[in-house]
Amino acid sequence: MKRLAKGRLLFMLAVTTLFLAGCGEPFISALQPAGEVAQTQYDLMLLSTFIMVGVIIVVTVIFLIVLFKFRRKDDKIPKQVEGSHKLEIIWTVIPILLLLVLAVPTVAATFDLADVSPMEDKNEEGKTDVTVVNVKANLYWWEFEYPNQGIVTSQELVVPTDEKVYFNLLSTDVKHSFWIPAAGGKLDTNTENTNKFWLEFDSKKADEVGNIFYGKCAELCGPSHALMDFKVKAISKDDFDAWAEDLASMEEAAQPETASAEQGQEIFNQSCIGCHAVTPTGANAVGPNLTTFGDRTHIAGYLEHTEENLKAWIKDPEEFKPGNKMTGQYGDLSDEEIDALTDYLMGLKVED
Amino acid sequence: MSTYAQKKGVGAVLWDYLTTVDHKKIAILYLIAGGFFFLVGGLEAMFIRIQLAVPGNDFVSAGVYNEILTMHGTTMIFLAAMPLIFAFMNAVMPLQIGARDVAFPFLNSLGFWLFFFGGVFLNLSWFLGGAPDAGWTSYASLSLASEGHGIDFYVLGLQISGAGTLIGGINFLVTIINMRAPGMTYMRMPLFTWTTFVTSALILFAFPPLTVALFLMLFDRLFGGNFFNPDMGGNTIIWEHLFWIFGHPEVYILVLPAFGIFSEIFAIFSRKRLFGYSSMVFATVLIGFLGFMVWAHHMFTTGLGPIANAIFSVATMAIAVPTGIKIFNWLFTMWGGSIKFTTPMLYAIAFIPTFTMGGVTGVMLASAAQDYQYHDSYFVVAHFHYVIVGGVVFALLGGLHLYWPKMFGTMLNEALGKVTFWLFLIGFHLTFFIQHFLGLMGMPRRIFTFNEGQGFETANLVSTVGAFFMAVATIVLLINVVMTIAKNKKVGGDPWGDGRTLEWAIPSPPPFYNFKQLPLVRGLDPYWIEKMEGNKEMTPAEPIGDIHMPNNSFVPFVISVGLFIAAFGAMYHNEHSWGIPVLIIGMLVVFGSMFFRSVKDDHGYHIHKEELMDDDKGGKA
Repeated sequence: MKRLAKGRLLFMLAVTTLFLAGCGEPFISALQPAGEVAQTQYDLMLLSTFIMVGVIIVVTVIFLIVLFKFRRKDDKIPKQVEGSHKLEIIWTVIPILLLLVLAVPTVAATFDLADVSPMEDKNEEGKTDVTVVNVKANLYWWEFEYPNQGIVTSQELVVPTDEKVYFNLLSTDVKHSFWIPAAGGKLDTNTENTNKFWLEFDSKKADEVGNIFYGKCAELCGPSHALMDFKVKAISKDDFDAWAEDLASMEEAAQPETASAEQGQEIFNQSCIGCHAVTPTGANAVGPNLTTFGDRTHIAGYLEHTEENLKAWIKDPEEFKPGNKMTGQYGDLSDEEIDALTDYLMGLKVED
Repeated sequence: MSTYAQKKGVGAVLWDYLTTVDHKKIAILYLIAGGFFFLVGGLEAMFIRIQLAVPGNDFVSAGVYNEILTMHGTTMIFLAAMPLIFAFMNAVMPLQIGARDVAFPFLNSLGFWLFFFGGVFLNLSWFLGGAPDAGWTSYASLSLASEGHGIDFYVLGLQISGAGTLIGGINFLVTIINMRAPGMTYMRMPLFTWTTFVTSALILFAFPPLTVALFLMLFDRLFGGNFFNPDMGGNTIIWEHLFWIFGHPEVYILVLPAFGIFSEIFAIFSRKRLFGYSSMVFATVLIGFLGFMVWAHHMFTTGLGPIANAIFSVATMAIAVPTGIKIFNWLFTMWGGSIKFTTPMLYAIAFIPTFTMGGVTGVMLASAAQDYQYHDSYFVVAHFHYVIVGGVVFALLGGLHLYWPKMFGTMLNEALGKVTFWLFLIGFHLTFFIQHFLGLMGMPRRIFTFNEGQGFETANLVSTVGAFFMAVATIVLLINVVMTIAKNKKVGGDPWGDGRTLEWAIPSPPPFYNFKQLPLVRGLDPYWIEKMEGNKEMTPAEPIGDIHMPNNSFVPFVISVGLFIAAFGAMYHNEHSWGIPVLIIGMLVVFGSMFFRSVKDDHGYHIHKEELMDDDKGGKA
């Protein structure tokens, strides 16, 4: 009989886990953790859920008994009870114990997730032995600088899997918040101080989602807050190193391959290059770095990566991201000019 | 002066309400104004849910959506929930302690008119260039970057209405300390009075930080200050601290009176005294105290570091203990009782599981390491609607049905009340339960739209459907109110039949002087004690004598109008030359009327003993 109860409990546990895991898309759901941080948080979530479900069951049972047993049946005046010290002590002490069960792992995890000491240890070259990314949040786009590799990208964060990746977070305009739900909880990008934390991306989970996780801005930052998405490309350490080396060894911008793209390059150099770099350098830029634009999976962080979308975006960015800083910066472009520009931009690739 | 019974014209009634210092009439003013803003905030909520019903919706634009979400939060907290709570505090608390009015009737009126003009000022932003759009939290970097005058409306409007709230809080504190009837010791005070007391203390300490924050923001935006400008040595995190040092106690300012209302309801409709009264009082005080120790749990992701996060995490969890004590005390108040399922009781009963849900997600949020996932996601949206709607709004609706007869002398229709209740309850859970999962599935809060293919579609649609249930419930409630007013069927002093506290011992609505003779209080639930001993009314504690009453005054209205005018001057002084003169004129009106009030002696008047003897309209005891 006792074994049966135990089995049932295990079964319920499994069902709950499955139910939670069925929630959301694996590239964005905190319920399908894809790394150590998210896993720690998911485990805490389960622990607290089980404690809390226990509390809810106790309350519900008393609640139901009360509702069915003590309905008014006659006009009798019930006994006026003042209270009960025994009961009151019970429901003071038991919650304290339950909270302790949750508080201890919470405190441990809080310190663990804030441990960024490896990114402070610099070797003689001034570099660290771990992967570090400097994240700059800007009104509706993200810049990612890799100080160890000496490269800068934007909108798509490339990270190696199965190791801790350390982040320096800062905002250049208003407060934003950096959140990759599948990989772990968020940290704000403040305007006055750099926040640091780490995340880890599991290679198996990355495989399952085609190596692309979704990232979000989680702090209200203006009209296009909802659209301030970014993508995370989690690839193996070897692939990451190769990618970084390709970029780092890039001396000049990728050359256009067609006549149309060449024309596009000219337009780009007149109208766009003031804000957008096409070489992987120059952190703290005014606009997103476009060196790897052709390799990206999304336009403006959230639109499908098609030529039509790109053309529409260049024609009127305001229609897509209201309040963005690009609108009105480059005059009117004709349709042909936009076509040429699109050809050029789509050809900006470092991956094959 | 016993003209209260005569029929009056519309103009006279209006003038009476504009100048009244009677706590019962001010309560009605709070109820009407708060109810109006509740409808406005509800309409804004419906716009939010319609916009999010389907992915990529363009029902409202991105900028307007941010204005709506900001005004929904600000309106519901400052202009709906707080005034409605003040309505019940004003209507009931003085009666519960056996007082003839609050300690400072003039200030009571001033508090209302300040709140009212602050609220009107804030909402005028819709017609004058756009509402505030930085969220009800109005974090400094975004609010300083916000164009137009939206944020200025927020800062000035809340400053004015906040002053009203602070005045109200101080007034209640003094009233409860000084004006209790003979025998009404602290430990005999009804729990609603106790929660009013603790809430008022919270207001006293929580609103000054908000006032400071709003002034700093005002200087930054309108007078060239740099308090929140990091380039000039300012710091935006200071805003977050100041806001939440106010903002967290604010949560308890809202929910403690709700606890008080539920405590009354449970006792009345279970026909039992509140279980563990002294531990309930203790828990209330403890929650109020701890409420000041936990503000940084709203800032776990701001980057305060693991030490601060861990401390605030544990401190926050501690609040679950006194709250749990309360839940069990309510359950055991019903245990062994004789439960009657009236509309107020239904709200109280539904409150227990709903608030427990909000409480347990609160503990999850308190755990810093996991909060990094929940913070600023729809999980938080779900959590605070469970506590604020499940706690505060349920209490306001339950309280409305419970105290309507005491305030107006008529009963709301019970059948319609139950329809409202069920629609609202179903709609509420349909809307918000699923939002927990939306948050965990990766949906950030305050987003005006979401793209297809992220798994957010179904849950958002369900949530919107739920919102319509609540909208229908509100319409039924309004119909109920209109019908009840139209029928105007008067009821007696104790219409629920099981009243326990002093307010039920006098007629509904009470005469303007409340008690002809102050009652003698012989224990907790004084009216119940008398009833159980076969007495029909309270034993008087004094012989019939002259009653001193304050005169009505138009000055509070004028002071508030002055600040209202001055606020416009302050707001436009940078672009219009008339700004500074208008600011000065407004302040002259304010100080002029204060001066008038100070130099002109107003001794009030007396209701003479003989008039009271003739008056059998009530007020016995």
